[in-house]
Amino acid sequence: MRDQIQEHLSRRKFLGASLGSTVSLIGAALFGQKAAAQDDTHMAGHDGTMMMMGEVDHVRNGFDPLQLLTDWDYGEVSTLPNGQTLREYTIDAGDIEIEIAPGIFFPAWAYNGRVPGPTLRCTEGDRLRIHFRNFGSHPHTIHFHGIHPYEMDGVAGAGDGDIAPGEETVYEFDAEPFGCHLYHCHTIPLKRHVHKGLYGAFIVDPKEGRTPAREFVMVMNAFDTNFDGGNEIYAVNTVGFEYQRRHIPAKVGERIRVYLINITEFDPINSFHLHAEFFNYYDHGTTLEPTSRIIDTVMQAQAQRGILEFSYRWPGPYMFHAHVTEFTELGWMGHFNVVEEEDFAEAMASVGLDEEWDIRATQGSTVPWRAEDTES
Amino acid sequence: MSEQAQPTSAQNNGLSGIAWALALVPLLLLGVISALIVSTEGGLSELTGPPVEQITIQRITLPEAGRIVVEVINDGPQDVTVPQVLVDEAYWMFTAEPSTTIPRFGTATFTIPYPWVAEEAHEVMLITELGSTFLGEVAVAVETPAPSTDLFMRFGLVGVYVGLVPIFLGMLWYPFMRRLGTQGMNFVLSLTIGLLVFLAIGTWLDAQEFASELPAFWQGVPMIIFIAIVTLGVLIAVGSVRRGQESTPLGISYRIALGIGLHNLGEGLAIGAAFALGEAALGTFLILGFTLHNITEGVGIAAPIVRNNPGLKHFGFLLLLSGGPAVLGTWIGGFAFNPVLATIFLAIGVGAILQVVWEVGKLIARDATRLDLPIVNWVNLSGITLGFAIMYFTAFLVKF
Repeated sequence: MRDQIQEHLSRRKFLGASLGSTVSLIGAALFGQKAAAQDDTHMAGHDGTMMMMGEVDHVRNGFDPLQLLTDWDYGEVSTLPNGQTLREYTIDAGDIEIEIAPGIFFPAWAYNGRVPGPTLRCTEGDRLRIHFRNFGSHPHTIHFHGIHPYEMDGVAGAGDGDIAPGEETVYEFDAEPFGCHLYHCHTIPLKRHVHKGLYGAFIVDPKEGRTPAREFVMVMNAFDTNFDGGNEIYAVNTVGFEYQRRHIPAKVGERIRVYLINITEFDPINSFHLHAEFFNYYDHGTTLEPTSRIIDTVMQAQAQRGILEFSYRWPGPYMFHAHVTEFTELGWMGHFNVVEEEDFAEAMASVGLDEEWDIRATQGSTVPWRAEDTES
Repeated sequence: MSEQAQPTSAQNNGLSGIAWALALVPLLLLGVISALIVSTEGGLSELTGPPVEQITIQRITLPEAGRIVVEVINDGPQDVTVPQVLVDEAYWMFTAEPSTTIPRFGTATFTIPYPWVAEEAHEVMLITELGSTFLGEVAVAVETPAPSTDLFMRFGLVGVYVGLVPIFLGMLWYPFMRRLGTQGMNFVLSLTIGLLVFLAIGTWLDAQEFASELPAFWQGVPMIIFIAIVTLGVLIAVGSVRRGQESTPLGISYRIALGIGLHNLGEGLAIGAAFALGEAALGTFLILGFTLHNITEGVGIAAPIVRNNPGLKHFGFLLLLSGGPAVLGTWIGGFAFNPVLATIFLAIGVGAILQVVWEVGKLIARDATRLDLPIVNWVNLSGITLGFAIMYFTAFLVKF
């Protein structure tokens, strides 16, 4: 990211009254919070603190990055005459303004009003029927990374091609191969349609099931707020530094599985680095055996993805971040708050999470867990 | 009869009242239309475009280790909110005074605790509510000098070397110039013109440079042109008050000294500001360069008064008027730099210098006519060329 001083015609048509008041609230919060934020960290004081000011209004955004971690969309499930499971999803594209960092608003294009879009989760071999409706101001598609006929590819010319505003279509195919995948808009100009927010996770569970774990989905994304072809804000699940402000609860000794997807536009690579532990990595999630063992950093090109598995031996707030330090300092960092079993409820409560979040995190799979591997 | 007189005076009063009322009509209507547009959008609602966010970073200072202070002015058409601040492409905590929301024409000061590294470059970026970014640079990080007696003296000394010393030395050519013949003197006066033209161009460019840092609403370039023209006009008008009478040579010297003084003020400002912002590795070499560069200024000031020595007192005043501002400029630039005032002073300088070019030109023209020579002759031309060339080549020492 490299920006010139520039006179910038901002592109928002309006900042509604509600937004105005939100902003002033943030402004008020800013000064109240300053002292607290600096007290909280050992980096405070003379050398200052690498961090953003204030907080994001997740209610106004309509989605909360902590909830997105474990928010699986299984679709409407039924059984076809041939016995195959049918999952029907409805995905609507639209224009929304989202707060991607405290006080900074981005004119996003989104699937189902959230960035990233819904995490579609299914089992290998399921029939998927996705009703796609475009309520946005530009044509859009959904292009799935998976195996499907040409007509279902979600690109111009294939099947219904670009879906014009007000139009709709249905994508239908079998879920294969199992793994950690993604979907995104494939309308040109592609860079713009992707970085504006039209992407989401697509997780296909293997028939055999995976081993029991606390599961999170993390979509590494970024936003070019001044539209100069470089990103100003980096994050996992959209909001810069959100998991720094609110640490992700986890338990000592339990397996943590992260479905990691990189959709960052403009930059050739992104990466994930875990502090104080090593993980096994399943590139694309398409194998049951790790493709890399005992690593603590993994690199992903755009649209590359994979599954990380690890567990912590001791309690503590463990950092994770892009080991592209530029991205780290522009918002892509967070912490796992690893605690003992008895402290877990409190760890969740301290960041506003409830029992349901825990259940979703630990019972997310569409198939029963596979028995523990003997080797792990 | 008195009855007749009364209506007349009433009529006069009435006329003037009506005249005033007529003068007010367009203004009143303007008020009505403005109120209408503001309250009802006057049918322009479809034209309201996206918000325009425009701010200018006026100054970045490093008052102490671990602290960056950024002064910002909003020169856009509407309020701007700066919710986050980046240093070297990383988000940092900060405080904003009085607020992160800056009203139009308003200013704000952002203080960022940041471990800046001495003698290295840093950049500060302000990001607005809508994601626009505004970049400010610290070219070479050095602690911004805090006013102290010691620093005050040192800055003053720089001003002395840059302004007073060279002009004093230049004036020492006065006894030599008195021994020159008419042709010799014309050569020296032409040389003065060359020098002054160079200074006028330099001052103009310096003014442009400062103006480019100004918030948009100041309209820097028209401001410079306007002030320069007004200055030129006023000085010419003042010089023409006694119609038919020539300007006294001493008067011309004073006006040359004033123009050069304003130019030197600008030079001082630039040096002081460079010191303060750490942008210049101002060594003794550079200051020596300025001394050499400015030495001909003394010649120019003394040239018109060759035929009648005004006495030491006047030389003292001329020296102070022309060289003193360099000291003043260094202080202002170092401790209280203000690009608006800097631009205004330099614009005045442009006008003042152009006016003395005009006056010295008249002197030369008069002498040439008396000697029955063409106004542009080889002596004059080579004088002008040499004057310009001396300034140009000695400037090699001070431009970087």
